[in-house]
Amino acid sequence: MSRMRIATIMVKELRQISRDPATLGVLLVVPLFLLLMFGFAISLDVKHIQLAVLDHDTTQYSREFLQSFLHSEYFDLKLVLDRENQIDGLLDEGKVLVAMVIPRGFGRDVANGQRVEIQAIVDGSNGNTAATAIGYVQAVAADYSQRAFVRSLERAGVTGMKTAIDFQPRVLFNPELRSANFLIPGLIVLILMMTAVLSTTLSIVREKERGTMEQISVSPVRPLELIVGKTVPYLFISLVAAATILAASRLLFGVTVRGSWLDLGIVTLIFLFGCLGFGVLLSTLSDSQQVAFLLASLLTLLPTFILSGFVFPFRNMPWIIQAVSYLLPGRYYLAALRAIMVKGVGFPAFGNQVLALLIFAAATGGLSVLRLRRQGE
Amino acid sequence: MRTIRFIIRKEFQQLRRDRRLLPLIFLSPVLQIALLGYAANMDVKDIPLAVCDQDHSVESRQLVTSFLESGSYVAAAYVPDAASAERSIEQGKSSLALVIPPEFGRSLTGRKAAPLQLLADGSDSQSAAIGLTYATLIVSRAQTAQAAARLLGLDPRVLSQIKAVQVDPAVRVLYNPTLASRNFMVPGVLALILMVITTILTSQAIVKEKELGTLEQLIVTPITPRQLIIGKLAPFVLISLVIITVVLFASLLLFGIAVRGSLLVLYALSLLFMLSSLGIGLFVSTVARTQQQAMMISMFFFMMPMIILSGFVFPIESMPPVIQAVTYIFPLRYYFVIIRGLFLKGVSFAELWRETAALAAIGIFVIAASVLRFRKRLE
Repeated sequence: MSRMRIATIMVKELRQISRDPATLGVLLVVPLFLLLMFGFAISLDVKHIQLAVLDHDTTQYSREFLQSFLHSEYFDLKLVLDRENQIDGLLDEGKVLVAMVIPRGFGRDVANGQRVEIQAIVDGSNGNTAATAIGYVQAVAADYSQRAFVRSLERAGVTGMKTAIDFQPRVLFNPELRSANFLIPGLIVLILMMTAVLSTTLSIVREKERGTMEQISVSPVRPLELIVGKTVPYLFISLVAAATILAASRLLFGVTVRGSWLDLGIVTLIFLFGCLGFGVLLSTLSDSQQVAFLLASLLTLLPTFILSGFVFPFRNMPWIIQAVSYLLPGRYYLAALRAIMVKGVGFPAFGNQVLALLIFAAATGGLSVLRLRRQGE
Repeated sequence: MRTIRFIIRKEFQQLRRDRRLLPLIFLSPVLQIALLGYAANMDVKDIPLAVCDQDHSVESRQLVTSFLESGSYVAAAYVPDAASAERSIEQGKSSLALVIPPEFGRSLTGRKAAPLQLLADGSDSQSAAIGLTYATLIVSRAQTAQAAARLLGLDPRVLSQIKAVQVDPAVRVLYNPTLASRNFMVPGVLALILMVITTILTSQAIVKEKELGTLEQLIVTPITPRQLIIGKLAPFVLISLVIITVVLFASLLLFGIAVRGSLLVLYALSLLFMLSSLGIGLFVSTVARTQQQAMMISMFFFMMPMIILSGFVFPIESMPPVIQAVTYIFPLRYYFVIIRGLFLKGVSFAELWRETAALAAIGIFVIAASVLRFRKRLE
């Protein structure tokens, strides 16, 4: 390896990047733009569930029961119905998620302390949202029952009845359960991965397509030198981009870094190494920009989104799919990001992730050198 | 017509020349649906729970059983104390931890309330929130049972005045009674794959010729912009038809999810969707100056925003109004409603006319815009 030759390639590459506003823009501006747009938009919180109510009872009791739903931020009363047969159509069109039917005699039964059943019809198509909504319906009903019970105890003059269990739930790491803390690290992984891989692949394949690659291959530059010289400038720019979006997620979305910034920097650097190595590897596999783009998009975009633990938990995946997910660097980077940013734990907790990222970077880099050497011959 | 046929033949020849292109186009959707369809599952069941029972009484064991039998939790570890429960969460081995202190069983019937601790891993806020909701329900049921048991000791005259109110929701789930998120996600993944492949296909169609300099040759021929755009689109429409068929069959075979609505409507509307997303790719390719630009624009301004903002997993209703307004221009948004409606609810075409109209409008608009945009370039 000659430092001179690497430096020459780096200077050439930097000059080329600075002349090419598209690449520079994608590397520096696009990540921030995407983070802003997505960061404000996405959440998995199930709130403001659209509710339709059919109240057959219309007593003070049924109205009070309904109020206990509307007091929580989980339900919004969208429609008050007067006929049972309106319900199916409403759910078909997706206008409401939950329709509730309060039966005649609800007030009487509550007053008499009898068990009373209300009906909740739920649109189950989004199983996850539906499960949450059902949980809330049950919780509100249980809470209403509990309060009514306590009131009747008070009226009967029974004192000294204490609740049997003093339930103390405690949330570690993210006490308000803000979904931003969960989702922003995922966005960072997706955005960095896409920008880093795409920009390196395309810039190399473009040279191949234009024939300038052949000129380099007849020069005394060795494959490894070429890769190092070509990726290091991208590495620096990607690192700047990473710092920008990490700072933005701190300032705009309040996602604080509870662990060490140094750990964060090191892990990010190793991850970017892997991304760029992957980009180079893809470029050795394709002869045209079109194929490179197709390969890069198909191998990174949806797999990183779906298989890295961004929103879909690994525990639900069949083992063979889990095995595939071990091939994705995003998986490790995301786990490490969450550990450092949200949990604030130290190196031992994400040592395995760092090791995996190192292996990925070494493997993609090594394979690229091999491919380049073979192509050179 | 003859001119258009020539362009179509030329396009096919070009597609065939790149050995890797066609296999990639046809194989990757199948691979992706197999891989991602199984992975895209948000079911909150089997949340890993660390159990720390320091009491070992009948009552504590009963409580642990009611947690594990609810189906939402699975015992990931049995730990001796609260500190190791916390460690188990820190290391990501469990998402929740139930800590039952000693004396729990005895204080249930005693003077003081029995303390019960639940730890949750907030870094996975999704599982934590649902895990907590269900835990609270289980505990409140245990509360009620305890209270009822204790009332029995009261004076019967007092007892008759107490109203043990119990409102129970009888839940009926429509469309997807098992609440399996797969039934919701697989059609979504299918839509994502179709969108990605079609946008990739056409995003270079025009700009490639521009970059290679062959566009100038086309310009001097008597081909009109409309003929050229149609000729460029047609091969991809054919390819799209094959892709839809393959992907639909793959997802039906692999996941056993039946289409409840009409297959014909599904096919027709899928084609309409592909047309609008091919159109977007084509439009990008008339706007961009280089292939690289075209790819960057289609990736970062269309594909990624559509994947995240069209309602695949993140509900559109909870987005800020500005972003909701942006989502109206995404064909994927309408296609999600269509495909999920047809797969899960079995809705009829009459209920999908709004989405159909929106897709048609977007398709016509982008294709017309591409023709216009291209005409300008010619002058």
